Amino acid sequence: MTIGATRALLSFLLILIAAPGWAAGSLTYGLKPVQIAPDTYVFEGTREHFTRANGGNILNPGFIVTDAGVIVIQSGPSRRFGEEMRAAIRTVTDKPIRKVFIGNLHPDYWLGNQAFADVPIAALPGTIEGIKAEGKGMTENMYRLVGDWMRGTEPVVPTEAVYGSTVVYGSHRLRLIPLEGHTAADLAVYDETTRVLFAGGVVFSDRTPTTPHADVAKWLKELDELEALDVAVLVPNHGRVRADKAAIAQTRDWLIWLDRTLRERAEAGADMADALNLPIPDRFQSLGVLREEYQRSVAHLWPRIEQAALPRVN
Amino acid sequence: MPRLLIAASIIAALSAPALAAATDPPDPLASVMWDALRPELFGSAPITFDDRVIVTAPANAEDATAVPVLADASALGRVEEMVLISDLNPFPVVLRYHPVAAKPVVGTRIRVQQATPVRAAARTPDGVWHIGGRVVDAAGGGCTAPPVTYAAKDWADHVGEVQARAWPPSGDDKTARVRFRVRHPMDNGLIAGIPAYFIEKLSLRDSDGAELARIDVLEPVSENPVFTLDVTPGAASRALKLVGRDTQGGEIEAAIPLPWTQGSLP
Repeated sequence: MTIGATRALLSFLLILIAAPGWAAGSLTYGLKPVQIAPDTYVFEGTREHFTRANGGNILNPGFIVTDAGVIVIQSGPSRRFGEEMRAAIRTVTDKPIRKVFIGNLHPDYWLGNQAFADVPIAALPGTIEGIKAEGKGMTENMYRLVGDWMRGTEPVVPTEAVYGSTVVYGSHRLRLIPLEGHTAADLAVYDETTRVLFAGGVVFSDRTPTTPHADVAKWLKELDELEALDVAVLVPNHGRVRADKAAIAQTRDWLIWLDRTLRERAEAGADMADALNLPIPDRFQSLGVLREEYQRSVAHLWPRIEQAALPRVN
Repeated sequence: MPRLLIAASIIAALSAPALAAATDPPDPLASVMWDALRPELFGSAPITFDDRVIVTAPANAEDATAVPVLADASALGRVEEMVLISDLNPFPVVLRYHPVAAKPVVGTRIRVQQATPVRAAARTPDGVWHIGGRVVDAAGGGCTAPPVTYAAKDWADHVGEVQARAWPPSGDDKTARVRFRVRHPMDNGLIAGIPAYFIEKLSLRDSDGAELARIDVLEPVSENPVFTLDVTPGAASRALKLVGRDTQGGEIEAAIPLPWTQGSLP
């Protein structure tokens, strides 16, 4: 074999080896920042569940460009997402990232943290505890659900505990609102300057609410608290961004229906499996991932509701 | 015995399961374990895949330690025995149900170790097993997750506690729905250092002692198990009796009141 032929063969073999890498390289979220208010941008996700097609891009993370640097709210479902988000922020401003806020312990809020490891990543103490306890398991489950999009993603626990307070970055006054109900620690961020509310997981907009860590009674109270704010733009973590508070009413309507329906069925003697296929009223049919998310909620909420319906007999 | 005859018997013995399998309809769930489970569970008895055996379970197991499963074979008429099966679990048989004076309907929650077909087989008086089921996807690990029971120091004081309720008879067959939950860790023996310790027998009896339904419980049934049955109590009954025992001889005993008068029902 000539040297030339050997080289050609080697190049061919290298192509074969590199090919899977190229295939992986073609996975891209195509994140585009959408301006929703002065200095304020959101990356709008799909209204789906985690899939191998969407790579976990089902959330609405955002950022605020201030004179004191860029404030990022949620870091996304994977390392790749966090890195793409950071690159997309660069296309809007060359100001440095000042801080990242994480809304709760669910994996799509914080698994992009690796891309922001050089800046403080802030969350409520309960969120930090939850990520320490469940982060590894949630990360493994995300690999199972969305596959190769997760490559290189490892859980990074937020580095800074925050509490209810008002913090000032440049001309933006941000109110950090600690809440409890959707999870044991929900952080909403309200920008008093632009009246934009980053509601995190507390509010869902045309997307069925998720309940793996929910306490419905407490969740309804936190909705009341957000309802009282003077909101110009509401950014739910899942679903459509809106210029009104209709999504708060929609989330409340769903939670009340869900809780009451499961209680009524448990009182009437239904088995948990019976509850999986109950009819869902027409007014909810426009919500994304309706039946699938409803069935997940049956798994989360039914066992406790059922216990209340079965008296002790020995 | 002539050598030829021995050889023939061996060949016959070896080919018998193959012959049974050859006449079987193909498994609609295409389970890799079915060829092994079929002779183990049903021997040479005839089987048929039958849509009248309805298994209700979620497409995805949100909690692999407690997947709701409700099996309903009432469209078959009289059923003598039902078996719940999760093909790809370390212990595939979930329970055996004997609906003595009850509808062939049984609901509970099960642990799954990975995505698996979940089936119900119902034996009619002609000896045929009618089988229905569906595939449940799962992150898995439900069989090797430690019970949460042991988080409470006083767990042993509560083993065998029963919560239960019976609902007035309804439907054309006038069966009474009964649901009960028994506090028990239900250790399946798969976790290092924790020996098997689970409820193995449960019997629901009428006030005169006559058995209405019996469940042989096996390893996949979830911790603090919950059951749903539809039974036919006698006209004079004011209460049902639940009796059972676990693998270490622990006894379960509870009375479930029937808050209505059987005889006054239309």
